[in-house]
Amino acid sequence: MVSLLASGAASSAGTTAWVALAYLAAGVLFILALRGLSSPETSRAGNRFGMIGMLIAVVTTLVTHSIASIYEILIAVAIGGLIGFTIARRIAMTAMPELVAAFHSLVGLAAVLVGWAAFLEPGAFGLLVGDTIGQVSRVEMALGVAIGAITFSGSVIAFAKLSGRMSGSPILLPMRHVINLGTLVAIIVLTALFTMGEIASQDYFIAITVLAFLVGFLLIIPIGGADMPVVVSMLNSYSGWAAAAMGFTLGNSAMIITGALVGASGAILSYIMCKAMNRSFISVIAGGFGADDSGGGDGEPREQRPYKQGSAADAAFMLEQAEKVIIIPGYGMAVAQAQHALREMCDLLEEKGVEVKFAIHPVAGRMPGHMNVLLAEASVDYDKVFELEDINSEFAQADVAFIIGANDVVNPAAKTDKSSPIYGMPVFDVDKAKQVFFIKRSMGGVGYAGVDNDVFYMDQTMMLLSDAKKMVEEIVKGLD
Amino acid sequence: MDFIAILSIFVLACFVGYYVVWSVTPALHTPLMAVTNAISSVIIVGALIAAAEAGSPAAKWLGLAGVVLASINIFGGFAVTQRMLAMYKKKEKK
Repeated sequence: MVSLLASGAASSAGTTAWVALAYLAAGVLFILALRGLSSPETSRAGNRFGMIGMLIAVVTTLVTHSIASIYEILIAVAIGGLIGFTIARRIAMTAMPELVAAFHSLVGLAAVLVGWAAFLEPGAFGLLVGDTIGQVSRVEMALGVAIGAITFSGSVIAFAKLSGRMSGSPILLPMRHVINLGTLVAIIVLTALFTMGEIASQDYFIAITVLAFLVGFLLIIPIGGADMPVVVSMLNSYSGWAAAAMGFTLGNSAMIITGALVGASGAILSYIMCKAMNRSFISVIAGGFGADDSGGGDGEPREQRPYKQGSAADAAFMLEQAEKVIIIPGYGMAVAQAQHALREMCDLLEEKGVEVKFAIHPVAGRMPGHMNVLLAEASVDYDKVFELEDINSEFAQADVAFIIGANDVVNPAAKTDKSSPIYGMPVFDVDKAKQVFFIKRSMGGVGYAGVDNDVFYMDQTMMLLSDAKKMVEEIVKGLD
Repeated sequence: MDFIAILSIFVLACFVGYYVVWSVTPALHTPLMAVTNAISSVIIVGALIAAAEAGSPAAKWLGLAGVVLASINIFGGFAVTQRMLAMYKKKEKK
C-alpha cells in the first residue's frame, strides 16, 4: 500500500519545480483574494488577485502539456466565457442566491466530468500503476466524483427552489432518513469495492456516480426555502471539497489549496447561519422545517387580536419627527425590489436631519450577506449598515424601528416562548423602540417559521399593510 | 509530489482558509460566495489536461465539456463579484 501511495502520486503529470511553483503562486493569489474581502476597500484588489491566480493556473497547464486540440479548447473557453460573462452582466442583484446555486452546480458537474475523464484516460493524468489505476487515486477519484455529483444535483434543486421553479416548501418522502443514510452507506461500500478490486471497475464507478446524484437530490428536497442560506453555504463547501479531491488525484497544489479554502469558507458560513437561527446543522440537513409534520409551537388556531393599522401619510409624518430610525430589511424587501425606494426614503429623512441606520440579521434573505448586496446596489453607504450584535443595543434610543419584509428576526417569542420553533434565535429588540412600523403584505401570513408575532399587537406598533415597494414609495411622496 | 506532501498542503490550507474566512466582514458574505465559486473552478486544470489528450476521444470530449462549464463559472463568477464589489461605496461626505 505504501509503495502504491508513493509511486501513484509521484508520477503525476508535470512535476518540474517551476510548474509546481506556478501552481503554488496561483494558490497564494486565491488566498489573497479571500483576504481582500475583510473590508470593502481591499476587496476589489482581492478580486483581481483571484483573476490573476486563475490565469496563472490555466496558462501553466496549457504550456506544460502537449496540446493536441488547442483550437477546440480555446473555443470551449470562449463559449463558456461568453455565457458566464453575459449572465454576470445581466443578472438582477435580487437573483443572486439562485445564480450562486446555479454556479455551484456547474463546479459539481465539472468535477464529475474531470473525474470520469481521469477514469477513462488515467495515463494522461499519470495515475497508472502497472496497467490499472493506483488504489489511492481510485479513492480520490471516487470521492471527487461523488462529492461533485452531490454538489451538482443538490445545487440544481436549490436553484429550482430559490428561483421559484419549484415550491419552496419541504417535500417529505416517507422513511427519508433511512433512504438517505442507506444511499450514503451504499456509496461508501461501493467506493471500498472500487478501491480494493483487482482493476478499477467501471460498473462500480458508474454506480457511485449515479447514487451520488441521487443523494444530492434527496438531501435537498426536504429542506424549506428559508433554510436555503444554510444549504447554499453547505453546497459552496461541497464544491470546494470536490475540487480538493480532484486536486489530490492530479497532485495539483493550486486545486488543493483552493478546494480547502472554499471548503472552509462554505463550512464557516453554514456554521454562522445555523448559529443565527439557533439550530443545529443536523436539524437543518434533516429538513422538514416549517412543514406540517414538524410544526412545533401550539397547533391552536390563532385568536384574532387587535392591531393598529396606519397609512403611508401617518408613517411619513412620524418618521419626519423622529431623531433616529433603524430600518430592518428582510426577504420581503428583496421580493418586492423595494431597496431603491428605501434608499430614497433614507436620503429624504437624512436631509431633514434624521439619523438612519440599517440593521441586518445574519439570516435575512436567502443567502449570507443578501441584504447587504441589495442595499449596496441601491447605493446605501455601507457605514450605515450594521450587524445584529453591533446595533441591537441601540433600539432603546431609536424613535422608530422600521421593519420591511422581515418577520421571524424581530419575533420576541424567540426570547420568551420555549415552545416556539424559533426559540433561542437571536432577534432584534424592536420592542424597545418608541415606535415600530411593520410593513407587511397582509395580516394573514406569518413568518417562515409559521409562528405568530407579538410585535404586530404591541401598543407602539403601526402595521403598514401593503406591498413593500408601493408603501415605501408612498412614504417618499409623503416626505416631499 | 508524494501523498504526504500533498496532504500537508491540504491540511495547512484548511487552517489558512479557516482564519482568512473568519476575517471576512459579514457585509461581504455574498461576494465571498461568488468569488469562492469562481476560484473553485480551478478544476478547469483537470478538464484542460483531459481535453488536451489525443488518446481517448471520450476523455477529450468530457474534458472539453468540463472546460465549458468551468469557464462559465470563472468568467461569470469573477465578473459578478466585481460587479457587486463595485457597488460597495462610501458616499462623498458633503
